[in-house]
Amino acid sequence: MRRLLYLLPFLLFLGVGVAFYLGFERDPRDIPSALIDKPAPTFDLPAIPGQPVQGQLGAGGLSSAKLTGDVTLVNVFASWCIPCKAEHPVITRLSREQGVTVYGINYKDKPEDALTWLSRNGNPYAAIGADQDGRVSIDWGVYGVPESYLIDRKGRIRFKHVGPLTPQVVEEQILPMVKHLRQG
Amino acid sequence: MKRVLLAALLALSTLAPALAVQPDEVLPDPALETRARAISQELRCLVCQNQSIDDSNAPLARDLRLLVRDRLKAGDSDTKVMEYVTDRYGDYVLLRPPFKATTLVLWVGPFAVLLLGAAGTFLFLRGRRGVAAGADTAPLSADERRRLDALLRKDD
Amino acid sequence: MIPELGHYALVLALFVALVQSVPPLVGAATRNGAWMNVAVPAAIAQMLLVLLAYAALTWAHVVSDFSVLNVVQNSHSAKPMLYKVSGVWGNHEGSMMLWIVMLTIFGAAVAVFGRNLPPTLKARVLAVQGLIGVGFLLFILITSNPFIRVIPAPLDGNDLNPLLQDPGLAFHPPFLYAGYVGFSMAFSFAVAALIEGRVDPAWARWVRPWTLAAWSTLTMGIAMGSWWAYYELGWGGWWYWDPVENASFMPWLAGTALLHSAIVVEKRDALKSWTILLAIVTFSLSLMGTFLVRSGILTSVHAFAVDPKRGIFILVLLAIATGGSLLLYSLRAPSLKAGGLFAPISREGALVLNNLLLSTATATVFIGTLYPLFLDIMKLGKVSVGAPFFNATFLPVAIPMVIAMVVGPFLSWKRADLGSALTRLWVAGVAVVAAVAVTAYVKAGSGPLLALVGIGIAAWAFVGSLVEFADRIALFRTSFRNSWNRAVHLPRSAWGMTIAHACVGLSILGMTGTSAWQTESISAMKPGDRASVAGYEFRFDGVGLVDGPNFKAERGTFTVTKDGRQIATLEPERRSYSTTRMTTTESAIHTTVFSDLYVALGDPTQNGTAWIVRIYHHPLVPWIWIGGIGMMLGGLVSLTDRRFRIGAPERRRMAGKTGDKSAPLPAE
Repeated sequence: MRRLLYLLPFLLFLGVGVAFYLGFERDPRDIPSALIDKPAPTFDLPAIPGQPVQGQLGAGGLSSAKLTGDVTLVNVFASWCIPCKAEHPVITRLSREQGVTVYGINYKDKPEDALTWLSRNGNPYAAIGADQDGRVSIDWGVYGVPESYLIDRKGRIRFKHVGPLTPQVVEEQILPMVKHLRQG
Repeated sequence: MKRVLLAALLALSTLAPALAVQPDEVLPDPALETRARAISQELRCLVCQNQSIDDSNAPLARDLRLLVRDRLKAGDSDTKVMEYVTDRYGDYVLLRPPFKATTLVLWVGPFAVLLLGAAGTFLFLRGRRGVAAGADTAPLSADERRRLDALLRKDD
Repeated sequence: MIPELGHYALVLALFVALVQSVPPLVGAATRNGAWMNVAVPAAIAQMLLVLLAYAALTWAHVVSDFSVLNVVQNSHSAKPMLYKVSGVWGNHEGSMMLWIVMLTIFGAAVAVFGRNLPPTLKARVLAVQGLIGVGFLLFILITSNPFIRVIPAPLDGNDLNPLLQDPGLAFHPPFLYAGYVGFSMAFSFAVAALIEGRVDPAWARWVRPWTLAAWSTLTMGIAMGSWWAYYELGWGGWWYWDPVENASFMPWLAGTALLHSAIVVEKRDALKSWTILLAIVTFSLSLMGTFLVRSGILTSVHAFAVDPKRGIFILVLLAIATGGSLLLYSLRAPSLKAGGLFAPISREGALVLNNLLLSTATATVFIGTLYPLFLDIMKLGKVSVGAPFFNATFLPVAIPMVIAMVVGPFLSWKRADLGSALTRLWVAGVAVVAAVAVTAYVKAGSGPLLALVGIGIAAWAFVGSLVEFADRIALFRTSFRNSWNRAVHLPRSAWGMTIAHACVGLSILGMTGTSAWQTESISAMKPGDRASVAGYEFRFDGVGLVDGPNFKAERGTFTVTKDGRQIATLEPERRSYSTTRMTTTESAIHTTVFSDLYVALGDPTQNGTAWIVRIYHHPLVPWIWIGGIGMMLGGLVSLTDRRFRIGAPERRRMAGKTGDKSAPLPAE
C-alpha cells in the first residue's frame, strides 16, 4: 500500500506521457459543429447583385426553403479565399458529374469580385446567396472559409467539413453519406 | 524545410498586436458597453489561438463583437447572448467551460487535489503525532494535564 | 569555417558529456575515486565547448554570415547590433543553444564551487547533470542544428520577428532559461540523493542555493515577459493564462513550493521524500514547458516554430528524465527515514500548508492547461479553457496562500501558538481594515467586490511581512540602536524572506488596481482632437514619419495635461518592418509610479484623416513588476546568506554522529 503511494507519481506521469504522445495525432484547429443533426438555420439571402439568372432552380438567392426535398451540399466560399479556388474543381465535379445539388453562400465578398471569380472559374452552384455582412454565416457556425455542409432531405445539417474539399473527402465521406441519406 | 518555415511564419503571425475593439463598435451606452466587453472576454475567437474575441483583431472576432452588441441592444440578457453564440458555435467558444459531465474533472479536479492533499497531510501529521507522543514532544505539564482533563470531561 | 568549428565543438561536447556521466556513476558505485573525479574536468570542458559553439553561432549572427541558415532565417544586415546578439536566442535552434549553455554553466559551477560536497554525491550530481546535457546535445545535433549552411548564400536575411526586436523581450529568454535550467540542479541533486539512498539537512543546504538562484531568475523572466506583453501588445494586458505562460508559471509554483519544503528538510530533517518529489516535479514541469511550446500540441498565441519531430524527441527526453527519476523515486523513497517531528500548528505545519496550497495551485494550472488535450484524445469533444476559468479556480487557492504566508513566519518550530502569532499581527489587521475602508470610500463602490479583497490581501501581505521583521528586531520594544544592531546581524535569509513576502503584497496591489479600475478611451482622433481619461487631458498633435534602422514608423505625438498643467508628451509608434512585412505597436507610457498613462496608435481611418487611438489609465500597474523585481531581489539577498557558503562541516559532524554508510573517500 505504502509502496503503491510512492509509485503514484510515476503512474500519473505515465498517463500524461501517453496523452502527450496521442496528442500528436489530433488537430487542435479542427472544431466540431454545434449544428450537426439540427435543422439548418432559417435564412433568406439575396442573389449576388448583378448576377444573371441561371441554374436549374432558377437562382435568385438562397433561402432555407430550398434546402428541403433532396440531399444538398451548402458550400461557403469567397473570391478572396485562396483554398476556395483549390476546391472549386472538386465542387464542380460534385455538382455536374456526381449529381449532388450544391448551393453556395458567398461570404463577405464584393459583388463584382464574386461575379468575376465565378465567370472565370465556372459556376457549379444551383443558387447562391450573398452574405455580405457575414451574419447568416454566423448562424451556420462558420469560422473560416471554405466550409461545406451536407443537408438531408428534411433540411437538417448532417455533416460539416472545414477547409477545402478534396477528392478524397468527397469519395470517402460525402458520397457515401449522400447515398445513405437519400435512402433514409 | 519549407514546411517548417511556413509553420514558423504562421505561428508568428498569430501573435499580432491585439488592437481589437474599434471605435465604431463601441456602444454609446456605457453600461451596455461594459456588459459587451465582459461577454467578449468570455468568448473565444475561433480562428485565433486561445484569444478572446475582445483581444483579437481577426475579422470574425469583430463580427462576433458586433453581434454581441446587437443582441444586447435588442434587449437580450447576458446569458441569452451567450446562448445565442453557443447555439451556433457550441460550448467550444466559451473560455469558461460550462459545468457538465465532460468538464467534471476540470472543475472538480483542483478542489479534489486540494481535498486529497489535505486528507493526506492530515493522515501524515496524525501518524507523526502518534510517534511524537512517545518521542519528541515534552510530557504535559501539570497545568496542561488539568486543562486537557477538563476538555475531555466537557465532551462527555 | 567558424560555424563548422562551432558544430565540431558541439559534437565534442556531446562526447565530453558522456564522459561526465558514465565513468563517475560507475566510479561512485564501485567507490573508485579516480573514475568519480573525471566528472569535474569533464563538466568544465563541456561548458567551455558549449560556450565555444555558442560564441561561433553569435559570431555568425553578428557578422551577418548569410551562408548559415539560422542567420538567414532570423537576421538581417540592417538589424541593430543588440538584436543581432539577442537574435541568437530569438529562434528555436539558438534558444536551445542558450538552454544548454545555461545547463553547462550550472554544471561547471557545481564542479568548481562544490568542493565540500561528499565525493560520491558530487560525482553523481555531475553525472546526472551530464546525462541531461547528453539528451539536449543530441536533440540539438539531430533535430535543431543551428550550424546548417545554405549554398548559395542569399544576399540578405529574412530578419527577426519584429516583436522580438525589443529590449524587454531580448533579455526575457535568458532569465527564463536560467530559471528552467537552474531547476535541473535541484533535480540532479534529488536523483543523486536517491541513488545514494540518503537525504539529510546538509543535502537541503546544498540544494537550496541552486533552487533559490533558479527561482529568482525565473521570477525575473516571468515578470519581464509579462511587462513586455503589457507595453507591446497595445492595450496593457499583462497575463493571459496562455498555455505558454502557464508552462513557465507551473515550474515557478512548484519551485516556490520546493524552496519552502527544502527549509523544513534543512532545519528539521523532515518532509524529505516530499522535497525530493518536488525537485523532480519542478524540473519535469520545466521540461514539459519546453515540450509544450515547441511541439505544437497545444494552441498558443506565442507558439515557437512548431515541428512534431522535435516534439517527439523532447517527449522521449521527458520520458527518460521524468519517468526514470520517478521510477527511481518509487523504489528508493520508501526507505528514506522520516526525521524531525512537529505539531500541526508550527512553522513546519505552516510550510506544509504552503506546500499543499502551492501544489494545488500547480495542479489547477496543469489541469486547466492540459484539459483540452486530454478531452480531445479521449474523443470526448473539444473544450476551451481560458482566462475566466483560471481566474475562477486559481484565486480561491491563492488567497488563503497569501494569508498563511504572513502568519507562517510567526510560528515557532515544532509547535507554536497560533493565537499569539495572530495577536502579534494586529498592526497588519488594522492595516487591512484601513486599506479596505479607504479604498471603498475613495472608489465609492466602483470596481468589483473582489477588488476590495485584493486590496485587503495586498495590505495584509505587505504590512504583515514588515511587522514580522519588526517583531524579529524587537522594534519599539527596545532602543533603536539595539533594533538596528539586530537588523544588521539578522541572517540574510531572513532579510530575503521579508523582502520577497512584502513584494508579493506589492504585486497583488498592482494586479488588483489595474484589473479593477482601469479606464480606457478608444476613438478615432484627428490632429488637434482631445480625449479625457481619468482626469487627464490628451491632445493629439499629429503623426510624423520616422525612419528606423530596419523599419519605418508613424509616430504620433500626444500632449498630456492635468488641470491645465502639462504632465508629459507621449509618442506612440506604429512600426512597419519592411523585410518581414509586419507591423508592431510601440505604445507610449508615462508612469507616475502610482499609475500608468498608456497610449497606443492604431490604424488610420479609411479616409486617412484620423487615427484610431487607444488611451488607457492603468492604476497601480507598475507595482506588479516592482513587486516582481523585489521578489527576485529577496531571493538573491537570501542567496548571500552565510550558511550557504559554509555548509560542509555540518555534514561531517552529522555523518560521524549517525554512523554514515557512505564514509568519505580518500580521493578528492
